Parts: sequence; structure tokens; C-alpha cells
Amino acid sequence: MSELTLTVMRLGFLAVLWLFVIVAVQVIRSDLFGTRVTQRGSRREAGRQQQPARQQAAPPPQRQQAGGRQRRNAPSKLVVSEGILTGTTVALQGQTITLGRAHDSTIVLDDDYASSRHARIYPDRDGQWIVEDLGSTNGTYLDRSRLTTPTPIPLGAPIRIGKTVIELRK
Amino acid sequence: MSSTTNQPTHHTSTIGAIGAPSRRNTELAMLVFAVVIPVFAYANVGLAIDDQVPAGLLSYGLGLGLLAGVAHLVVRKFAPYADPLLLPLATLLNGLGLVAIWRLDQSKLLQSIGVAGGKATNQLIYTALGIALFAVVLVFLKDHRVLQRYTYISMVGALVLLLLPLVPGLGANITYGAKIWIQVGSFTIQPGEFAKIVLAIFFAGYLMVKRDALALASRRFMGLYLPRGRDLGPIIVVWMISILILVFETDLGTSLLFFGMFVIMLYVATERTSWIVFGLLMSAAGAVGVASFEPHVQTRVQAWLDPMREYTLSRNGSSDGIVHSEQAMQALWAFGSGGTLGTGWGQGHSELIRFAANSDFILATFGEELGLAGIMAILLIYGLVVERGVRTALAARDPFGKLLAVGLSGAFALQVFVVAGGVMGLIPLTGMTMPFLAYGGSSVIANWALIGILIRISDTARRPAPAPAGNPDAEMTQVVRPS
Repeated sequence: MSELTLTVMRLGFLAVLWLFVIVAVQVIRSDLFGTRVTQRGSRREAGRQQQPARQQAAPPPQRQQAGGRQRRNAPSKLVVSEGILTGTTVALQGQTITLGRAHDSTIVLDDDYASSRHARIYPDRDGQWIVEDLGSTNGTYLDRSRLTTPTPIPLGAPIRIGKTVIELRK
Repeated sequence: MSSTTNQPTHHTSTIGAIGAPSRRNTELAMLVFAVVIPVFAYANVGLAIDDQVPAGLLSYGLGLGLLAGVAHLVVRKFAPYADPLLLPLATLLNGLGLVAIWRLDQSKLLQSIGVAGGKATNQLIYTALGIALFAVVLVFLKDHRVLQRYTYISMVGALVLLLLPLVPGLGANITYGAKIWIQVGSFTIQPGEFAKIVLAIFFAGYLMVKRDALALASRRFMGLYLPRGRDLGPIIVVWMISILILVFETDLGTSLLFFGMFVIMLYVATERTSWIVFGLLMSAAGAVGVASFEPHVQTRVQAWLDPMREYTLSRNGSSDGIVHSEQAMQALWAFGSGGTLGTGWGQGHSELIRFAANSDFILATFGEELGLAGIMAILLIYGLVVERGVRTALAARDPFGKLLAVGLSGAFALQVFVVAGGVMGLIPLTGMTMPFLAYGGSSVIANWALIGILIRISDTARRPAPAPAGNPDAEMTQVVRPS
């Protein structure tokens, strides 16, 4: 193999290797600056583009909830839908779920309005999930009413504790 | 490349959704790139050594491509929102390692002393096992928080793994200085590589529970927060264990790795600089103390301080009864003769390192044949793996996941530092392997498992939050009522 070919391959390999690194950094960059702000054009064109823009802005359909309410009550997971823990899910497998600021809670709420043992969620004999307030200072709310007794949870109904909202989903 | 929703809507001033929901297509494109680069290198080695494209090019390329494809499909199915870069970066490192091992297999000198020959095939099998473990982690570990339940079992497991090489009959008799291997049938396993992951699980679970006590119960003294005596207990225990590893297994690298990982996680959990100061002081004291009486460690320190003297002693024979090694000097010469742009694949003479040329010292081969430019790229790729790990930790919502991701990426970074620093003469040489690059089954398999866990955490962290349902009045629930 000629000297020239090998030199070209040697430099070519280094170039390709660095290209990989640069492309990888580009991927990270697009991850960091994930929002894309596009420039406003002329009014006529803007009107034409309205539809895709609106589609983009619309929230994703809540498929799970819509389908779940029709069927029988058998929630499979608990979802935190608001607050610091937004997006956390806990699978429901018949175990009692405790909520509060205490470290050994199933869901540890880092929330000034939560008590250390705030509430618990457990299944009764029929498998219906029940929420019970454990004598918290600021109370546990199911929809808009403050809980006084253990109450069955309808699917998708928001349970509010301080700034955190959780709900049961299919 | 980035899929679905993010189609650019020109001429309107809109703010698009944050990123694409899943970056799987980006990952696939990067993965193809990461397979093509090693195939190019492989062809390059063949052309440089034999003047022809190597016969195994197709099977080798297909093998690597197949493994990468399987890994990608598993991620697509079981961790759809995972970080798009971790898998391609690991694949590229693994592929480059395979090429370098194959290149050293061609050396007559290494074949004659039994270090090389057919090792690339073995490494490909280890890689397949690693990818299999990676898939198992993603398929069966649905939620990384499950690991939290096994906090103390992990501690016991890690200690058992660490102590296995000392068990008589089980510890392998291949004494290359350090006692870190165990013999199972005809295989030798390095349990320390797996202990790294298990120990990270223990530290994460333990620190998550105890971090408040460690962070808040302290006295201020000379600008540093001094922890209470009883809170010092665990760090002392871990320090003792790492010192014991150093004394009984004479393995400086593993000891440094575990203690360093603990200090990093402690710092992240408590945000107290004092822990880093303590950690550095304690590891320095421990290392100096052990080095003062352990002959194996002393030789390593000697070779670090004056590699040329070791080289001369090894060449001319010495009368002091200690085995001297010319490896350290040969590695430095390899880096030196590589220069800025390297000699090109297959045209260096890194086989002169002889023993461990394809494992501990594989970085020297890269240094000689790819030069400073290549080494920098490789170190950057390692850096990107660590960066993605730390990014995952930042994005993770649960404290356990945060600590685990930091611990694993910290351990990965420390291992790269300890090996690269050792080979380049920055710190004394230790018997550890460069993750993914070096020849060795345990290392490759364990590191694929590590990447698997990081991908699982990043999938949980990057999963879009479920859309909020209609919310009741916020104020109502946030008022303290007199009762």
C-alpha cells in the first residue's frame, strides 16, 4: 500500500472520529436548546401556516383517562400530575401507598404544606382504592372537598395535597 | 433525524415543543455512524499490515452492527425516552477497542509470548454477553427505584464480591501483582468490576436516607462544616474497606475507585465541601501509609517516579529480587512516537509494551497510532458518556435515581482517570482496565450493565410528564387553618 494512501487514511480516520464527536455535541446542543423559536413572516404566509402551529400548541390527547373512565374501575398506577414530583408514577399492586414528608413514605412530598405523615391510599377488600387523611394540618382534598373520612377514589379524580396533585389512572 | 412533532413551521413566531418526545431516530443514526468508524479502522489496519482488506471485515462489521442493532431495538421497545447518546458512544468505544485488540493480535511478538492471538474474537463474544446483560437490565428493571429496596443486600453483595479473590482456592493463581481475579472453571473473572455497580446502589440508597443528618448536623470550624463524630462512621468504614483492599489485594486502582465514588456521592448528597477535603486527606494518608510498607505498591510508585530507571533495571537485570517492568517507559515512548497525528493504524510499535499491551496499556496503542488528536477525541467520548450520566442525574426526579446516576458516572470517570493517568505517567500505574476499550470480559460486561442502568434512569427522567387534569383551586389547599 502506498505511503500516500495510508497517510490519507490516517488523517481521514482522525477527521471521521472528530466528526463523530462534533455530531454528538450537536445532539446534546439540540437537547439543551430544545425550544425552537421561528421567525415571523409576512401576514399572508402566517395565515397559511396557522393550522400546523395550532396543532403543535394543542396539548396531547389524554388517551388513557378518556378510555379508562368508560371501563370498569381498575386503576393500575398512581400518577403525580402537578407539583415538584410531576411525572412520577407508582404501580398499584395492592400495597398501601403513604404520602408525606417522612423519608419512609412511598411518595416523599418535599412540600411546605404537607405533613410528615399526610395521607395514605390503600385498597379495600373489593379492590376499590381508598384515600384517607392521616390527621394532616392542611388537609387532603379530593376534587374540591376536604376529606374527613376514608373515601373511595374515582378514576382520574385529582387528589390535592399542598402543591401536589395525584390521580389514579388505568 | 429528530422525529415527529418538531417540523419547522416557517414564517410564524411559535415556540415548538421541547425537543422531540423520543430521540430514537437520532440514536439510530449515531449508532450507524458508531459502527462505520470501527469498520473503517479495521480495513485501515488490514491495509497497513497486510496490504489488503482483512478477510474478516464483513463478518466483523456485521457482528458489531448486529449487536448494536439488537441493543437499539431493546432500547426502542423498553426505554423509548432514553438518552440518545449513551448507546452510540459506548458502541463506538467498544468497536474501537475491538479493532485495537485485533491489531495487536497481528503482532508476532505478542503472539510469541501468548498475550495476543484470537483475542478479538473472544472480545466480540464478551461484547455479545455484555449486550445481552444490557438487554436483561432494560427488560427486567422496569423502574430503577426497585433497586432501592436492596440497599443493604447490595452492601453485603459488594463486600462478598470484593472479598472473593481472597478466598483460598477461588482466587486465581495468576499473580500479576494484584489479587483481583477469581477462577471459575477455565474462566477468570474480576469481581471488582461488578462490585462497582452494586456498591453504587448501596451508597445511593444509604445516602438518600441519611443525607440530611450528614448535611445539617455539623459544626462550622475554620470555614468548613465539620460533621459530627457519629455521622463520620460510614465514611470511616468505607475508608477502612478500601485500605484493606489495598493491603490484601494490593490493588490501588479499585481502592481509589471505591473511595472516590463514595466521596463524590457524599458531596452530591450533602453539598458540603468539607467531605471532599476529608476524602482527599484520608485517601492521601491511606495511600502514603500503605505505600510505605507494601512492596508491590512501592514498585509501582518507583516506576512512576523514575520509569527510565525501572526500564534499565528490567533490561540489565537487578539483584534486589524485585520484578522490574519496562512497561511504563515503553508506554511513554509509545505516546511520544505517536506525536500529534499518530503513525496511523497498524504502523506503530506498541507491541513493545509486551505484557498487558491489549488490556491495561491499550491506551498507549491509541496514543501511538492515532496521536494526540485521536487520544483527545477518545477522552472526549469518555467525557461525553460521563456528561450524559450527570445530565441524567440532573434530570432525574427522585433522589435515589439522582445519586445512582451520579455514582455510576462518577465511577466511570474515575476509572478512566485512574487508567489513563496511570498509563500516561500522571499517577502510579494501577491494574485496572479502560472501560470498553481494553481486553477483558468482566470489564466489558459490567460496563454494559452500567450503561443499561444509566439508560433506564434517563428513560424515567426524560419521559414527558402526564398532562395535568382539571385542577381544583390551588389556594384552598395551601392555607393553614386554625383548628
